[in-house]
Amino acid sequence: MRSKVNKRYTRRNSKLTGWRLFGIYSLLLIIAVPFIFPTWWMFTASLKPIEEVFAFPASLIPNDFQISNYAEVFRLQPFLRQYWNSMFIAIVVTIISVTISTMGGYAFARINFKWRSKLFVILLSALLMPAEVTLIPIFRLMVKSGLSDSFFPIILIPAFGAHAVVGLFLMRQFFLDFPAELEEAAEIDGLSRWRVFTKIALPLSGPALASLAIISFLYSWNLFLEPLVFLTEPNKYTLPVVLPQFTDTYGAPIFNVQLAATSLSVIPVMIVFVVAQRHFIRGITMTGIKS
Amino acid sequence: MRHWRTGLFMAAPVLLGFIFLVFYPVVSVIRDSFTSYNPLSGDAAFIGTDNYTRLIQDETALEVARNTLIFACILVPVNMALALFLAVLLNLHFKGRTTFRAIFFSPVIVSTVAWTIVWKYILQDDGPFNYFLSLGGVDGPNWLRDNPWPMISVVMVQVFKNLGMNMIFFLAALQGVPEEMYESSEIDGANRWQQFKKITLPFISPTILLVAILTIAGAFQVFAQVLLLTGGGPGLSTTVLSYYIFINAFQIFDLGYASALAVCLFVFVMGLTVAQWQIRTRWVFREV
Repeated sequence: MRSKVNKRYTRRNSKLTGWRLFGIYSLLLIIAVPFIFPTWWMFTASLKPIEEVFAFPASLIPNDFQISNYAEVFRLQPFLRQYWNSMFIAIVVTIISVTISTMGGYAFARINFKWRSKLFVILLSALLMPAEVTLIPIFRLMVKSGLSDSFFPIILIPAFGAHAVVGLFLMRQFFLDFPAELEEAAEIDGLSRWRVFTKIALPLSGPALASLAIISFLYSWNLFLEPLVFLTEPNKYTLPVVLPQFTDTYGAPIFNVQLAATSLSVIPVMIVFVVAQRHFIRGITMTGIKS
Repeated sequence: MRHWRTGLFMAAPVLLGFIFLVFYPVVSVIRDSFTSYNPLSGDAAFIGTDNYTRLIQDETALEVARNTLIFACILVPVNMALALFLAVLLNLHFKGRTTFRAIFFSPVIVSTVAWTIVWKYILQDDGPFNYFLSLGGVDGPNWLRDNPWPMISVVMVQVFKNLGMNMIFFLAALQGVPEEMYESSEIDGANRWQQFKKITLPFISPTILLVAILTIAGAFQVFAQVLLLTGGGPGLSTTVLSYYIFINAFQIFDLGYASALAVCLFVFVMGLTVAQWQIRTRWVFREV
């Protein structure tokens, strides 16, 4: 299907040249400024002494490299611990949500069970549910059961809540396109439905699983509202909760240190994005197409 | 049908998660909105529609509702128009287009918190943005303090953050438009703009609907940007509904009233979605 679409494009795909190409490049470069510029300022300001952060004229490259900003991050907060918290939570969330979303997505795509389409429409409503709406009762429940200041809600909500529905939706789209002949052959050979799933479908869904894993990891890594509401001890904080807290005693941000901490939280994600760009974009696209 | 047991079993974890983390909370937030629940005072009496009467008389809530609408009315068209424009450009064939796609997409993967912190620095009164304006002889305002700029700043920071997602949706849709349709229209003498209006837009209209639904729903949930960029200020000028719910629920712990506000947000988002779904037949030209 995809190759057919591409072939149709031969004529329109004739390469742009000359002034038109120049025009498009300049336009895109101008629009790209607010997309590239922030990352540049984040890295450079994180290496500047505080006087230079707001110096006039502003320096594109630090005049005076102050690596100690990064040491300061670890002195002001148990940052290593918080980094680990974020990592640990994201890994657990990813494992759980990939497992249950893949199973659910397969069931909704391939197995004709009772109320399937009705249940699917009801599930979809979760995609539009504002987090604030569901958070209040969950907060109440967690406080009542004494699980409030723990990782429990921070793992439970992204792993089993609305995000799991997104994952299910994504995997359902993937399995809908899956060739039925393979499965039918396996069933004739006497494999149970569950076996068909684990022995035939799963081994062939590597790329889709990779996309889903990336999306789940990022979702948890970037989650802010839930950890902000539930976690109260600095030792339990995740990165998004601690980043805004690099402030002086008056609550004003210490920008160079704060941006150093922010850089540390963004760098691994950026590296993975550059390496596995294809998976990121395909995963996002799969959630949108054909819905 | 003989596999229905396996099917339900496999879907069970997500279905149970949905019941406990989405369905039950929605029912329960509606119930709480008729109480005066406050964990600090330990109060949880049934007070009928008092929270809703209070809401209508609450002048802050009115201003918050107005801000929320302003926010959505600027964000949604700007985001969608720019995303579609970029998608059309990046669907052309030239060297480096995948690099540009990656650049416009990259903020999507960065956490909202990190993105907002960096922009807060850039938009400071003596920050880099005003420095660059001063090079062009422009004396920039304090983007986060001088009205109406704080609201525009929050909107634009959000637009840059999520634009890439919509751009990718549009790109995928554009790549599905069959080439023959353009060819035959060219024989009929249609120019590029007419082709865009008469062929491209109708063809990708289902994607436009999807993007509109997601962008509008997202516009009502903007929270971290407001909290970190402006703190809802100056005054109330950037306090939007989701942020106001957060303050009432988790800073004042007036959970009863916050629940009533949350019910409004819920009704708002669902109402808009259903409305868009209902009027889709007027402008969406095919089902996918």
